[in-house]
Amino acid sequence: MTRPVDRQVVTLQVNGEQVQRLLPVHKTLLEVLREDLQLTGTKHGCELGECGTCTVLVDGKPELSCLLLPLQVEGRSITTIEGMAEGSELHPLQQAFAELGAAQCGYCTPGILLASKSLLDTNRKPSRDEIREALAGNLCRCTGYVKILDAVELAAGRM
Amino acid sequence: MSASNGFGVIGKPLAKPDAVSKVTGRAVYADDMLLPRTLHCRILRSQHPHARIVSIDTSAARRMPGVVAIITGVDLPIKFGILPVTQDERALEHEKVRYVGDPIAAVAAVDEEIAASACDAISVEYEVLEPVMSIDDALTETKDERIQDYGGPNNIHKLVALEFGDVDGGFAQADHIREDVFFFQGNTHLPMEQHSAIATFVDGKVTLWSSTQVVHYVHRALAKVLELPMNRIRVIGAAHGGGFGGKTDPFAHEIIVCKLAMLTGRPVKCTLTREEVFYAHRGRHPVLMWVRTGAMRDGRITAMHFRSALDGGAYGSYGVASTFYTGALQTVTYDIPAYRFEGCRVFTNKPPCGPKRGHGTPQPRFAIELHLEKIAHDLGIDPVELKRSNFVKPMTRTVNWLRVTSCGLEECTERVMKASGFHGRERKPGHGMGFAISSYLSGAGTAIYWNDMPHSEVQIKVDRGGVTAYCGAMDIGQGSDAVLAAIVAEELGLQPKDVRLVTADTDTTPIDLGSYSSRVTFMAGNAAVEAARKMRAMIVEAAAAKMGCDATDVNVNAGRIGDFSFEEASVLAEARFGTLTSAGSYTPPKIAGPYKGSGVGPSPAYSYSACVVDLDADARTGIVHVNKVWIAHDVGRAINPLLVEGQVEGSIYMGLGEALMEEQTFRKGVHKWPSMLEYKSPTFLDMPDVETFIVETIDPEGPYGAKEAGQGPLLPVIPAVNSAVFDALGVWVDEIPVTPEKVIEALRRRDKGEPARFGPARFPPIPYPACIKVEPPPKELDRASPAAI
Repeated sequence: MTRPVDRQVVTLQVNGEQVQRLLPVHKTLLEVLREDLQLTGTKHGCELGECGTCTVLVDGKPELSCLLLPLQVEGRSITTIEGMAEGSELHPLQQAFAELGAAQCGYCTPGILLASKSLLDTNRKPSRDEIREALAGNLCRCTGYVKILDAVELAAGRM
Repeated sequence: MSASNGFGVIGKPLAKPDAVSKVTGRAVYADDMLLPRTLHCRILRSQHPHARIVSIDTSAARRMPGVVAIITGVDLPIKFGILPVTQDERALEHEKVRYVGDPIAAVAAVDEEIAASACDAISVEYEVLEPVMSIDDALTETKDERIQDYGGPNNIHKLVALEFGDVDGGFAQADHIREDVFFFQGNTHLPMEQHSAIATFVDGKVTLWSSTQVVHYVHRALAKVLELPMNRIRVIGAAHGGGFGGKTDPFAHEIIVCKLAMLTGRPVKCTLTREEVFYAHRGRHPVLMWVRTGAMRDGRITAMHFRSALDGGAYGSYGVASTFYTGALQTVTYDIPAYRFEGCRVFTNKPPCGPKRGHGTPQPRFAIELHLEKIAHDLGIDPVELKRSNFVKPMTRTVNWLRVTSCGLEECTERVMKASGFHGRERKPGHGMGFAISSYLSGAGTAIYWNDMPHSEVQIKVDRGGVTAYCGAMDIGQGSDAVLAAIVAEELGLQPKDVRLVTADTDTTPIDLGSYSSRVTFMAGNAAVEAARKMRAMIVEAAAAKMGCDATDVNVNAGRIGDFSFEEASVLAEARFGTLTSAGSYTPPKIAGPYKGSGVGPSPAYSYSACVVDLDADARTGIVHVNKVWIAHDVGRAINPLLVEGQVEGSIYMGLGEALMEEQTFRKGVHKWPSMLEYKSPTFLDMPDVETFIVETIDPEGPYGAKEAGQGPLLPVIPAVNSAVFDALGVWVDEIPVTPEKVIEALRRRDKGEPARFGPARFPPIPYPACIKVEPPPKELDRASPAAI
């Protein structure tokens, strides 16, 4: 038999908006984003912290939302893929990914875009090896990574 | 502006139509969907590799709060399967389970956690049977009972034996004969997106959104198992998170959510866990191969005899086709004057294997390329020259009747040789380069289920809302939507963004047989060309009438139809003809040879690739580090070079993963590594620099001359790695993947004075039937047109 679940009110700052929900304490940030906040742009590939697909930014740094509990990130600024563009204007990384075909199936793309944004926010002109290092925790099965590296370089050049 | 090739759109590196939705997180994948009152489904799966089911008790699970419905095999007893000859699967099995992961029961509950708890509360009583876990096991008498009740002796599923030309005569004529044995371990697709499906049942009609590569095959399977007419089922392809062949079969969960939606009257969703995806599989077959080739002193091949044994897993899936594919395409790269093929697929108590990128051909490609390298070493000939001297020629028929039209092998080889500096490479221990070639289908020439209908159809509507193109093709990320939009735009003098697309929806789009077999650009592309030209003719005729000139004098370009804008001309055409719709379809030419089994292998066109891999191999650790890959791919014509490069680069990546690390193996029926951490796949840090050359041979039957790009470029990468390891260390690893321990073991054997190789020692005796002997096609053929070949 299922046991009653402990719940707690959690206040989160997501993409600049404050949201408050009564949540089961064991629910991961990934699940809360997708299921309670309808922010389905954040994807899941393994839910074990292995593939990088569910990457979001917490205070600007890439974190795996499948390994975080909402309580751990209360009061911190969370950015998901939905918060990357300014209104309808794409972030230069989004623009470059679209132009160069860096998103094929697109499923790993939100996580990789956010990890790339975090890199460019701290290192405006990273070398190709620095980009590889920064994105090494994000798997992609479609692109062979080549167009992604090209797109990050293109965006860095434009920013 | 026209591109320098004379086209407005074709050949331009344009962004895909769905690019913005994908970079903004707005593309809606199946698991992103949630309809009001959606129930969540979890599936109880077998924990035994081989067992009879004595009883299933769901009573405790049914009593759990939040559980709405539970079904078992008695609710879905009708068998299905992708091939008409192997209808051997059930959505839920109530009599016997055949692999760890075989579905037994399904729960629909108000949330996923309750559904999972309810699965735990279902008790299944099993009578455990002896599992069959290897090719050797499957070939010997079964201890308890066979896995499937059909096929050859013991646990053999399929046996094939074909002979083309005078094989014995070819061997008798040879100066040198060599035999080798190779093994290619199985591996899996590992799409980033787990399979997911959501169904509703409204007004007596089922609608399913699924992460599938082929909405039509799912549609057929649902109709059969649910016993509904096809017109009461609608299958829609959701945004697709990666397939690589792994979402080409109809799957249990797709049928289950439909059944649960019918029973509960509520939407039902099922998303597989990552572990379930590993067990759903349908991936690369492990294949043991034996090959014997006769050659003249100058390297010219006189005859080849090839045997394969495929470890198929527990069900048929595409396996009969996979078996034929291990033998069919050897002749499409090298001109083999006499060829014997004996193939065998066995059932084992493991997840079923099926099609993965290259379907059945990467394994023989690896074997043949290495085998020819070894023959070249035996004869003291440069392997590149030996291969080159045997290249198949354009506009020919192979000994097994496969029709070759355009063929860029020579140019592809030239490009990678030159760019890599292969022949001038620095020779030093631990550094090596390897070369290999390949070929692949641009779509299978015959349909999976026999019929005379087109393989792809496109409709176009032009009205006051603009241009809409409808096609059943499923974009799985490769950009098939972009190809459709580019072709329609090209013919109508527009830009792709001017073309609205409706794709992969069995209610609203005409048929396309799906995104597998590298068929979409060629087949849907040709259908789109036909539909768009018909539409163009109507609009041009209306414009010409108004202009008072001949239709041939009306220029269609850059949004203009003669003196009018496209919108003005389409108003004239709608006034003249009424509703503006057009349709086009594509049926492959009937080119299969005159023998049983000739349906697997023919394609309207073959792509060609050549590849050079440069790597360092450490004799101390056995670790292989790939430095660079050069690849040239004959795509016929690149409709969108950006997307072609993307397919080529992705193929290289996937080939390197298979060559060096990926393997799907089992211990006592349980997957050894069912997680993304332990199942090793290449990361950003493992991917070398790549130089891609697109070679255009303008195929006579492809749309604008285009052929495939999504699978062929994977094939040469794997053997090029093995050859480069030999170049670096002087040892052969005749088994995929080339892991460090295999390299070390090969070196150890060499140092002990044994043959300097790691690989299988023997090929088992297999009761192949007598070969069906097939006369080769006549040698003298008119080479002027494809129809004459």
